[in-house]
Amino acid sequence: MSAQTTEEAFEPPYLWPAYRSTVLRAPKQPLVRLPSEWFHTIPGPVYGRVPVRPEDADLTRQHAGEPLGERIILTGRVLDSDGRPVRGTLVEIWQANAAGRYVDPSDQHPAPLDPNFTGAGRCLTDAEGRYRFVTVKPGAYPWRNDHNAWRPAHVHFSLFGSQLSSRLVTQMYFPGDPLIPQDPILEAIPDPRGRERLVAAFDREVTQPEWALGYRWDIVLRGRDATPMEA
Amino acid sequence: MAGQGPTPSQTVGPFFGFAMPFPDDTRAVSGDGVRIEGQLLDGAGEPVPDGLIEVWQGEEFARCRTDPEGVFHFVVSKPPANGSHAPHLELYVFARGLLRQLATRLYFPDEEAANAADPALELAGDRRGTLVARDEGGILRFDIRLQGEGETVFFEL
Repeated sequence: MSAQTTEEAFEPPYLWPAYRSTVLRAPKQPLVRLPSEWFHTIPGPVYGRVPVRPEDADLTRQHAGEPLGERIILTGRVLDSDGRPVRGTLVEIWQANAAGRYVDPSDQHPAPLDPNFTGAGRCLTDAEGRYRFVTVKPGAYPWRNDHNAWRPAHVHFSLFGSQLSSRLVTQMYFPGDPLIPQDPILEAIPDPRGRERLVAAFDREVTQPEWALGYRWDIVLRGRDATPMEA
Repeated sequence: MAGQGPTPSQTVGPFFGFAMPFPDDTRAVSGDGVRIEGQLLDGAGEPVPDGLIEVWQGEEFARCRTDPEGVFHFVVSKPPANGSHAPHLELYVFARGLLRQLATRLYFPDEEAANAADPALELAGDRRGTLVARDEGGILRFDIRLQGEGETVFFEL
């Protein structure tokens, strides 16, 4: 299987009627293909624009008290298409609280808000392309896509990489979640191996005794990182 | 991981509004710039109130969450032409219902000659007009129609 074929089988289509919101939002005209050198090589300049403070990576320390829920560590590496680390790149996450409720005022799910949890974090990757967040495991929540539909627990991720074309917004899921096989958003990815790529692995080495469960999840961005290997 | 292809995309969902905005996120330049205003619309012509638009111009970056009317705005500086390529901005659209972001371009209405020679506008064919902003009293108006009549031209990622 060629790399191109793999990539296409890993990417969800725009129109996926099982996910109802796509029906009026997916373009009907074919996308216009531009030669890659016109579009795909623009530097991703966002570093420094979005403020990142060290405390932004610990979602359990953003309020006076600690949030309720299962404390977890989420870590992994951000790699380019050659498997090289993407260093110093911005990683943004957001999620529901342990009860499955977002702080966002448009979330009307009647589950409790947690005064000690906002659910938004940012960090920059280190010299090995590694990111690390401390948070609580988000709860599953209902959504009105179809009758009795529930989203599996997930954390939203936003990444930039070094080029415009490496920009990625995605979701990370938790292993063993029974809601995963029936989630139309995840199922939109054609190849099951692509879906598996969005499921983190429980990791005892990341897990800290008497304190927090650890999950590892690596992310591969499109394109080659322009950062020189050695300064 | 290498050789397995990139990590797949998933929708930004409806609940990013407490996380993605940052101070002055709609202003890519501190000094004078071009103000761009537009509305994000779905295939029924209804506003998309939970969209996120990002714009790049060289080293400049701005981000705007759409409001309840689907309206977004930016202040960016106008780029120079680059060879045969007319001045333009690169835009990404994220929203609930978009499993991957959409990529489009904004061209400037006062660049008729450069636009006429631009190879990307050429590839857009008779839908090229959807990529050129309108001048409304010094503000550039650029609506994005995801689907249907007047559907904006989107480019492969």
